[in-house]
Amino acid sequence: MRRSLPALLLAPAGAITFVAFLLPMGWLARLSLGRAAGGVLIDEVGLTNYVRFFSDRFYLGVLWRSVWVASSVAALAVLAAYPIALFLFRSRSRWRPLLAVLTIAPLLVSSVVRTFGWMIILGDHGWINGLLQAAGVIAAPVHLMNNVWGVLIGLTEILMPTTTLALLSGFARLDVAQEEAARSLGAPPWRCFLRITLPLTMPGIVVGALVTFVLAISSFVTPSLLGGGRVPLLASTIYEEALETLDWPFAAAVAVVLVMVFGLALVGYERLARRWQ
Amino acid sequence: MSNGFRALVAVLLLFLLAPLIVVLLTSFSNDAYLAFPPVKWGFGGYRALLANAAFRRGFGVSVTLASLVTAISLGCGTAAAYAIARFTFPGRGALLTVFTAPLLLPGIILGLGLLLVFARLGWLATWTGLTIAHCLVTLPYAIRVVLTALRGIDATLEEAASTLGAPPWRVFRRVTLPLMLPGMIAAAALCFLASFDEVVISLFLVGPRLTTLPIEVFHAIEYQADPQISALSVVLITLTAGLVIVVERSLGLVRAFAR
Repeated sequence: MRRSLPALLLAPAGAITFVAFLLPMGWLARLSLGRAAGGVLIDEVGLTNYVRFFSDRFYLGVLWRSVWVASSVAALAVLAAYPIALFLFRSRSRWRPLLAVLTIAPLLVSSVVRTFGWMIILGDHGWINGLLQAAGVIAAPVHLMNNVWGVLIGLTEILMPTTTLALLSGFARLDVAQEEAARSLGAPPWRCFLRITLPLTMPGIVVGALVTFVLAISSFVTPSLLGGGRVPLLASTIYEEALETLDWPFAAAVAVVLVMVFGLALVGYERLARRWQ
Repeated sequence: MSNGFRALVAVLLLFLLAPLIVVLLTSFSNDAYLAFPPVKWGFGGYRALLANAAFRRGFGVSVTLASLVTAISLGCGTAAAYAIARFTFPGRGALLTVFTAPLLLPGIILGLGLLLVFARLGWLATWTGLTIAHCLVTLPYAIRVVLTALRGIDATLEEAASTLGAPPWRVFRRVTLPLMLPGMIAAAALCFLASFDEVVISLFLVGPRLTTLPIEVFHAIEYQADPQISALSVVLITLTAGLVIVVERSLGLVRAFAR
């Protein structure tokens, strides 16, 4: 009894993980080597789907667009989250706990709701266009949505709480005493930042950028709502091939390509992390 | 810290909270569609929401599903976390990695994989399919949060109880369980929230017969933005805030996420 207790305790979680995770992922990898013809699955082992993906300019464009959108979002989110993370790390103010909660709380609000908020702000009849038109700055609405700008703005904001947490997790080496030492020795604030703060927070920046990139390239809800179907990315291609075109083997192959981009990002991170340790 | 830096942080926080503020304000608009500036104010959005049968049905499905998923993942997750924390057996670390691996993969890939397998099993648009799929996402949270709680318990307390003659199950019930209860409450709240808000995986598995609330909202806002959806969003945010307070009280929000 005593010997078999751990196995018994682990069995239910193991069963769920097997049925819902290991089996589907194995099946997905296997099916990506198959082929669909006229809605019928043909069980074969070949690279047909991968050849199609990497030889079609449209799909290569999707891959390239996904990578640069995710990279831009990572850069923007790190830029926007860095001051907040720095403030939360240093501040001794009594408002700090409230600000910490306000920063992280959006993480727990459904991304559909937050994306909807951006649709109200960015739409052709939205708040920004309304304000600009009321102020007489523009005559016709500026298109901020249903294009790549909407995707960039929305994704940056959606991922900012996670970026902030990732930045904070890498701030351990930042020592306020060192900054004060630099200041008291006469370094102007910008030099103190460039020579002390920035290098010491670099591990956080690298982690933050990687986490944000990985989340940005895999997100589906925000890009598809704010892109309005006009910004095809890897995730939306998987969705369309699976549920609209019903070409499951090809959808599976695109999913494998997405996982490969993940792997490459992790390898790049390993290299960077080693440099900054 | 200079005032300029404080102002910058304030502006960035405003950007971060902008969508939530806008949703809150527009939920009190009586206009037919959401434009700026709102013309009429009132509770029309909330009234329309109460009358919307699709949203009411979706809400019922989502609450039932999230409760079911929370109960299952808390049970299975606590058992697994206990085995990992209190027993030594080969492959313990690897097992934990496998259990938490679903959190690392994008929902779009998990959803596609589930679609491929569940189509064969006949589980599409069924309670079985949705429950198992949501457990895939919530189980790693449950295992991790409960494991963190278990590792935080001073082992000497359990040893003292057994030295004094308490049989193992009584040590668990009288010492371990009460001490890990805050972790379990936090885990339950997180699981409920994760299931209730789940969109991407559900998109692959729902059908006209069975649809969750986030999916109804997703399809509604693809075409039209009206105050009703702002009102619904405010209801959802309030629900989230309630659960966040539960987590904060029992564990500390930052701690629950930072690990």
